[in-house]
Amino acid sequence: MEFRTFVFYFLAAILVFASLRVVTLRNPVHAALHLVLAFFSASGIWILLQAEFLAIALILVYVGAVMVLFLFVVMLLDINLDRLREGFWSYLPLGSIVALLIVAEMSLVLGGMYWGVLESDVPQAEAGYSNVQAVGRLLFTDYVYPFELASVVLLVGIVAATALTLRGKRKSKSVSPSQQVFVKAKDRVRVLQMPAEKRD
Amino acid sequence: MMVETLQQLLPGFLIPHFNWAMQLGQGIFGDLWPSILTAVWTVIKVMLIIAPLLLAVAYATFAERKVIGWMQVRIGPNRVGPWGLFQPLADGLKVLLKEVVVPANADKAVFLLAPLFAFAPALIAWAVIPFNEFLVLANVNASLLFVMAVTSVSVYGIILAGWSPNSKYAFLGSMRSAAQMISYEVAMGLSLVVVLMISNSLNLVDIVKVQNEGRFADMGLKFLSWNWLPLLPMFVVYVISIFAECNRAPFDLAEGESEIIGYHVEYSGMSFAVFQLAEYSAMLMGCTLVSLLFLGGWLSPVAFLPDSILWLFLKIFSVLILFFWVRATFPRYRYDQVMRLGWKVLIPVSLIWLAVVACWMLSPWNIWK
Amino acid sequence: MGSMKEIFNSLLLKELLKGLSVTGRHTFSRKITVQYPEEKTPQSYRFRGLHALRRYPNGEERCIACKLCEAVCPAMAITIESAQRDDGSRRTTRYDIDLNKCIFCGFCEEACPVDAIVETRVYEYHGESQADLYFTKPMLLANGDHYEAEIAADREQDSKYR
Repeated sequence: MEFRTFVFYFLAAILVFASLRVVTLRNPVHAALHLVLAFFSASGIWILLQAEFLAIALILVYVGAVMVLFLFVVMLLDINLDRLREGFWSYLPLGSIVALLIVAEMSLVLGGMYWGVLESDVPQAEAGYSNVQAVGRLLFTDYVYPFELASVVLLVGIVAATALTLRGKRKSKSVSPSQQVFVKAKDRVRVLQMPAEKRD
Repeated sequence: MMVETLQQLLPGFLIPHFNWAMQLGQGIFGDLWPSILTAVWTVIKVMLIIAPLLLAVAYATFAERKVIGWMQVRIGPNRVGPWGLFQPLADGLKVLLKEVVVPANADKAVFLLAPLFAFAPALIAWAVIPFNEFLVLANVNASLLFVMAVTSVSVYGIILAGWSPNSKYAFLGSMRSAAQMISYEVAMGLSLVVVLMISNSLNLVDIVKVQNEGRFADMGLKFLSWNWLPLLPMFVVYVISIFAECNRAPFDLAEGESEIIGYHVEYSGMSFAVFQLAEYSAMLMGCTLVSLLFLGGWLSPVAFLPDSILWLFLKIFSVLILFFWVRATFPRYRYDQVMRLGWKVLIPVSLIWLAVVACWMLSPWNIWK
Repeated sequence: MGSMKEIFNSLLLKELLKGLSVTGRHTFSRKITVQYPEEKTPQSYRFRGLHALRRYPNGEERCIACKLCEAVCPAMAITIESAQRDDGSRRTTRYDIDLNKCIFCGFCEEACPVDAIVETRVYEYHGESQADLYFTKPMLLANGDHYEAEIAADREQDSKYR
């Protein structure tokens, strides 16, 4: 067995294990941590495919930012497991249909060699090839309109999030740090010079 | 690689034995022998980076106490060994012998793993740091991205350390510092984008090499063509963000020595010390990045002196002293002021300067051709 | 206009640089640390340290068991029991000071009509358990015998202000 193949199976085994744990673990924080592990092994597999930019971006964006915020929410929520499991039987029919669909799709993809759908052949790039430059060039030439559209959609998301959480003018007597940091000593303290009074 | 180096380094009488050992290994392992040699050589290189790094971390704590002591008109530690030089060793011994207390309601596995989550990224990032043009463990193309990705993971150590002991104080502290680290990563990333734009590469070796060119470099004053001068606002933004990233004063709310709301309140003994090691190695990492990206790495400041790894060490040390200096000078920011500085000052400043540099590069006065 | 100037100044980090220069100057100034075991700060003759019971030059103990010190002690650290001695004079059979409780206020010394209980200049003593800091009469008398010369000199120096 080639070393690359060994590494692939090693990472894939971790990925499958971690993904299973994400859905089976009862503690949501542990589940989120296993999701992080799954991201790491996925990025390892991408590095095997010489897609180092995608791999690093996955870590930087999903592990470094998205999952952190996710963990924030999960940790702050007081999740009642019993209530979560209440509707298990009533949701089972719908859930099993979705699961069957996914299994069918995945078997179509994975069994691609029998149906001749998938011809996966990763081209081997030479040593000096920079993935980042290639991605950047494609993004800003061929795919510039989809790219800009995506950025506009993200901007709308940001504005929407701000608009949803904006509560109008604050009525409480809170301090504004922007004004506070500009305060000088002379704004707060007045030094008076008073002549000393003589006692008669 | 290792074979040739060792053949040059070893004294003459050892070389026959060495060759014999090589042949023996070839005989036993056959075709696998070169890969085993590569693996061993890599492990040796990793040790050559980590061992001095940990020593530097130990003595960074000592240097910090000395420098801050001097600034506060004190002497600093001077009791253990000559000039107190063995103080870090004494501290390490003390910390090793202390008990690691695990709180009763803690999530034990996560509680014990959290220090490693904090420490490992600080070490992994050193894999791609070049010490000069050739001395680099892994000269990967996207090394700067790699460093950013790895350092962004270190926030997990803080979050988990705050959550796992089931203490509301640790949890509050960890929420604060995690939010702080994420906010300042944005400003840091934006200032790095400017560096990337002008050096046209993600490779740290190339980024340093680009700084060797320019009008001032031709005049012999190389230090004026380093990135810090044309990108001065970015340099300041980056240094401030690094302070906040490393949870250093004046942004050390995570530790908050005087108010004791920090993510590691429940930690003791060696598990606490690992957090300190992580903090200091992240700090050294930050100093190294500042030296490489803005201060010309191993390049010498003037033309008549040769480039050397010693320049890099000197620059790292100077930035480290700046860290201590700032800690000795400024009071701690309040939390809302930290957030204000990150989102309302640093990010707009770096965005504006990003646009300015982009226009500059398209204009006829572009100095980075 | 003024706020523009302030924003400009804060962007130039003017105040930060000012602060850095202050600490930077002090880095090289003369250090004021007193390196304790080798160097010590000067001590007043009125220093209130470890307690001692004094004797007269003829060897007779001064304490007459009047219990004024026990009464005045705000921390209630002093315990005294008295009895008649064979020669008819009143003397203490027990004179204990619990240094765990003592706050070193010096009231016992002030209250004493015969200058029997005094506080010496000794401050370098320690106990490894609380029991070690419970001083009994023989220990206090031994302290007095040991430091008598210093105690007498300090009282002499202070006498003109009394």
